[in-house]
Amino acid sequence: MTELRELARRLLSEGTVNAVLGWEEGPRGARPAFVTTPDGADRLIFDHRCVHNLASYLSPRRPHLKRLGKVAMVLKPCDARAVAGLIRETQVPRENIVLIGVRCGGVVTDPDSDAALSEATVADRCRGCPDREGRLADHTVGTAGPGFPGPSHRAQKIEELAAKPADQRWAFWQEELSKCVRCHACRQVCPMCFCDRCLADKTQPRWIESSPHARGNMAWHVARAMHLAGRCVDCGECERVCPQGIPLGLITRKIASVVAERYDFRPSDDPAVPAPVGTYRMDDPQEFIL
Amino acid sequence: MDSTTPAAAGGFEPRITAFVCNWCTYTGADLAGTSRLQMASNVRIIRLPCTGRIDPMFITKAFERGADGIIVSGCHPADCHYNAGNYHARRRFAIFRELMDFLGVAPGRITFSWVSASEGAKWRDVVNDAVTRVRALGPFTAYRNMVVVQATAPLSTAAADHSPPEHGGGGEGLRMQSLAAAGVDSGATKEVQA
Repeated sequence: MTELRELARRLLSEGTVNAVLGWEEGPRGARPAFVTTPDGADRLIFDHRCVHNLASYLSPRRPHLKRLGKVAMVLKPCDARAVAGLIRETQVPRENIVLIGVRCGGVVTDPDSDAALSEATVADRCRGCPDREGRLADHTVGTAGPGFPGPSHRAQKIEELAAKPADQRWAFWQEELSKCVRCHACRQVCPMCFCDRCLADKTQPRWIESSPHARGNMAWHVARAMHLAGRCVDCGECERVCPQGIPLGLITRKIASVVAERYDFRPSDDPAVPAPVGTYRMDDPQEFIL
Repeated sequence: MDSTTPAAAGGFEPRITAFVCNWCTYTGADLAGTSRLQMASNVRIIRLPCTGRIDPMFITKAFERGADGIIVSGCHPADCHYNAGNYHARRRFAIFRELMDFLGVAPGRITFSWVSASEGAKWRDVVNDAVTRVRALGPFTAYRNMVVVQATAPLSTAAADHSPPEHGGGGEGLRMQSLAAAGVDSGATKEVQA
């Protein structure tokens, strides 16, 4: 933690960056923090409660950081995939950000909880996560725990669902999607959802029925899943912020596994690796096409 | 049952929406017509510039508006008028198909094919296969009635039109008859308003 604070202080006092985006101690657990003065660097923390994907603040849809000019960001390995995604899609100029990588051995599910990091409290996406540090980082600080073994509970649930007959899967998703109140928190928090004007907000034509019934919800979640295909970085934020507890990670993970199997692509923290949707190979498998 | 013979009165005739590219499949379908090939008449074709133009949202919207099945068809690989549109579509729909399957939509409801401008006979086969398959799966009321599932009471005065949501559920004969009486188009509009 001292290492992180010292580095942040140096970057701010030397004028390399105008702000450092990290975490601080909030009234309830850890919360994102914008530090703009060298003295403020002492507020910064990093531990297993620093769950949030701060890359969401880099998204051009949010003017917070853009206004500040060059900024530094504290970066978990999973967040590095999101930042790489934003750079890959030319949403963030690489030279405008300084990335302070923190070594990470997993975070908890709920940033507000006081629970220690354990097999019971660890976020599902951290199970089996191989990354202890983000390769994209300019500086890397801290030490990491050993991490947690996979497979994740979600992977098991996806297999379970896939093994069921289609009508039972349909019933499962009907129940889950009926809960959606279309607050669009999943969209707002997603670092990869950065369109100026979202498909869901368009009225002519209205592709996604706006009232929160299961049919419109289905259209919304299909659209979201398709737009994130091959782009989702598995930060788990959509599922965490969903007020209705819809297991959105099942959908995004399912698609990620399809993309991994068919196109041998996994979300990468290398911006030079092209995303699978938007590119193609002449010999892509097409066994489903007559 | 041969897919080209009209079903017995009251039987289920699927409504199938085909999204096809202008350059290959639409021309191929046109060839099927000018060649007087006999095929099922359940398909409504929507012509688009390219399969790359076909957004997955088109398909969810078609299901919402009463389609029981979908056909997506375009140029064979290496034949795209725009060079690469079908390659992009191929990746997109490979993923989309798996997504819909995961959400519980029977994969047989969505048919993908490459039909070139000279393949009128292939288009006939694609259409007949799709119609046979979707007919066996039954009407997709489960999708379009998702709105009704949630409402406490039927929102439409035509309550009889909405059979209980189930996969391939019954009661569809009544609905189809009433749609036929009202004209399919106005029937579809009524559903959307509901």
